[in-house]
Amino acid sequence: MTTEAIHDSHEHDDHHDHKMTGIKRWLYTTNHKDIGTLYLWFAFIMLLVGGALAMGIRAELFQPGLQLMEPDFFNQLTTVHGLIMVFGAIMPAFTGFANWMIPMMIGAPDMALPRMNNWSFWILPFAFAILLSSFFMDSGAPNFGWTFYAPLSSTYSNGSTAFFVFAVHIMGVSSIMGAINVIVTIMNMRAPGMTYMKMPLFVWTFFITAYLLIAVMPVLAGVVTMLLTDTYFGTSFFDAAGGGDPVMFQHIFWFFGHPEVYIMILPAFGIVSTIIPAFARKRLFGYSSMVYATASIAFLSFIVWAHHMFTTGMPLFGELFFMYCTMLIAVPTGVKVFNWVATMWRGSMSFEVPMLFSIAFVILFTIGGFSGLMLAMTPIDFQYHDTYFVVAHFHYVLVTGSLFSIFAGTYYWLPKWTGNMYSDKLSKAHFWCSLISVNLLFFPMHFLGLAGMPRRIPDYALQFADFNMWVSIGGFAFGLSQLIFLAVVIKCIKGGEKAEAKPWDGAEGLEWTVPSPAPYHTFETPPKID
Amino acid sequence: MTTKKYETYYVPAQSHWPIVGAVALFLIAVGAANYVTDIKNAESGFGGYILIAGIALVIYMMFGWFNNVINESMSGKYSHQMDNSFRQGMSWFIFSEVMFFAAFFGALLYARTFAVPWLGGDGNNAMTGQVLWPEFTAQWPLIKTPDGTETTGMGWYGLPLINTILLLTSSVTAHFAHVALEQEKRGLLKFWLGLTVALGLAFLYCQGLEYAHGYADEMKLYLTSGIYGNTFYMLTGFHGMHVTLGTIMLIVMLIRVFKGHFTPKNHFAFQAASWYWHFVDVVWVMLFVFVYIL
Repeated sequence: MTTEAIHDSHEHDDHHDHKMTGIKRWLYTTNHKDIGTLYLWFAFIMLLVGGALAMGIRAELFQPGLQLMEPDFFNQLTTVHGLIMVFGAIMPAFTGFANWMIPMMIGAPDMALPRMNNWSFWILPFAFAILLSSFFMDSGAPNFGWTFYAPLSSTYSNGSTAFFVFAVHIMGVSSIMGAINVIVTIMNMRAPGMTYMKMPLFVWTFFITAYLLIAVMPVLAGVVTMLLTDTYFGTSFFDAAGGGDPVMFQHIFWFFGHPEVYIMILPAFGIVSTIIPAFARKRLFGYSSMVYATASIAFLSFIVWAHHMFTTGMPLFGELFFMYCTMLIAVPTGVKVFNWVATMWRGSMSFEVPMLFSIAFVILFTIGGFSGLMLAMTPIDFQYHDTYFVVAHFHYVLVTGSLFSIFAGTYYWLPKWTGNMYSDKLSKAHFWCSLISVNLLFFPMHFLGLAGMPRRIPDYALQFADFNMWVSIGGFAFGLSQLIFLAVVIKCIKGGEKAEAKPWDGAEGLEWTVPSPAPYHTFETPPKID
Repeated sequence: MTTKKYETYYVPAQSHWPIVGAVALFLIAVGAANYVTDIKNAESGFGGYILIAGIALVIYMMFGWFNNVINESMSGKYSHQMDNSFRQGMSWFIFSEVMFFAAFFGALLYARTFAVPWLGGDGNNAMTGQVLWPEFTAQWPLIKTPDGTETTGMGWYGLPLINTILLLTSSVTAHFAHVALEQEKRGLLKFWLGLTVALGLAFLYCQGLEYAHGYADEMKLYLTSGIYGNTFYMLTGFHGMHVTLGTIMLIVMLIRVFKGHFTPKNHFAFQAASWYWHFVDVVWVMLFVFVYIL
């Protein structure tokens, strides 16, 4: 893709939308960069909150026996940890990237619907305030796992289910509005000459992610509504005595839940596909195959949901159908991994921190993908189901996958955002500490799971003690490593070596044609793309 | 207006309406959660008041926000591209609504095709039937649940059929209103739009009658009457809420038409309300087929 931007931000004065100062700037803002920043900081704070809950879990599991807390509180920790990391950390972080980067990448002046953009962000902190407030209620926080299977969440729930339901409703509204904004921005606001097949890959992946969001977040809203009426208004959607079926809960939930996991990984693919070519100084090996692979993964995500339910009970045909469809996903994912490796092949590579995180992503995400393939096989899944093997699997794809790509993207675009270079030494320390601790944290979980340790249990048999101790040490080390990240970012915002408009010599895209830090308004007149 | 190849896209200045809306949603969520929790525990609390305050604040926000947008639109700040953004935004919003209804239709079809027959011993579930509820017979409408709650099925003739005719007609009249707007026949526009609103209100009235009928002692069809009553009231109830919202949107459009708003080229709000109306109509047709007839 050759992009030649006619950049004329100087011929415009900021005739409207002067930056307000203080808190009002952030509360009232309609600027995509401000809102992107808000999303990213919110996601980071939620990462620390969710991480603190995870450390509570790992502290309890450091030794066998009940050490620190009641089992019920342990369940609350696992539940809220999952909800916060999924809806509060990973998803808002990617939306933050989308807000910051998509208008700049496609040469648009802002998001298409800027006021709605503000609204989609600002309802999020309120939603999480409601969710977290349930820790301080008599009933305690939700304790039924982030998947909130009925009847655990209906008949046998503690008293805070209504707060959980309405918090999830608000998170869903936020995601849907954010997704609509992204879709409209991409469809309607591309600079002249920016055809669909010239869009940067991050834009493509988030475009497809946004479609997944508007297709499945309403289904989540539907299922939590049924849960609400079952719990509070006497319906029996998930109660066999009234003609309903608890298994139906799982079908509807996972119809949302499986596309949801791709919502959390497709933007990661986009970020990594942007960074690897930049530091391999080669074009992405196969741009269009990446686009088609992303679309195929998105399509397949709608017809694989019941692979989460192999042990729940399903007709044999269903088990086979969902097994084969799930294994099919390995094909487009393989296309992607092949593309990344082929891009690096014989490139003149350099190993700046964004590239280090991206390479770690490729390797570790592939490990998570392979364990996913193992879980996809119905007969084998009967043994793995609800063990630590599953925990290892989804943490490899979500932490060393999604979260690592978020780190990679942050380090890649941080000079553009702040106008300063960050500390190379400190950021590399963050990378190596994270890499080593995260593997210490999650790799032994595979063995624990294969040996039969169940998930979501605060106690375990003695033979699991050694591995659990190592896992806990890795967990605390990984958590503390993120404070290095915080230090890097704060130092970078405060100052440092000035960044050039294009600090990475292999980088491509419109965002590098504007100065660093990016002006408050960019591309008020669209650039021309050849 | 501009000599550039592309018109300038209007990026609004800072606005305080979104944060007002965020506080409103917060109040609604906290209020509603407290309210239903108190009902369940048979306690009295302040949840209802917070809920009402939240709804009031949301209405206040809508007035303010839409007022801003209408003023900007009327003063010619919006380009053709902006109009496209609004149109596309509205269509994807309607798509998300379709998926919301899909969840409930999915529940209905799952219950009818799998859950209820399995409870009656279908497939490899013969023992479920014999051990748990030997008396139970699978049928639809499920007029007797496994735990013995009895109810009556709602027929499709009578009120539901009248409602179908009312809503289908209103979709046609809404279209006529749109055509009249595009041909700048303001009188006809007022007539057809007014008629659409009247048909919508008539539908809501009949829906109310039908619910009263269902809750009367002859039918004993309650929200709590097992999966049949659940899906019946949740689907028709959410549809009814959407019809209410659509009617309010149409009434606002009618007021704006009387104020002289909208031109044949520039009438996004009218178009959006009309799309929404067609959407609730299509949902009703699906309801009529899957909830009432089949």
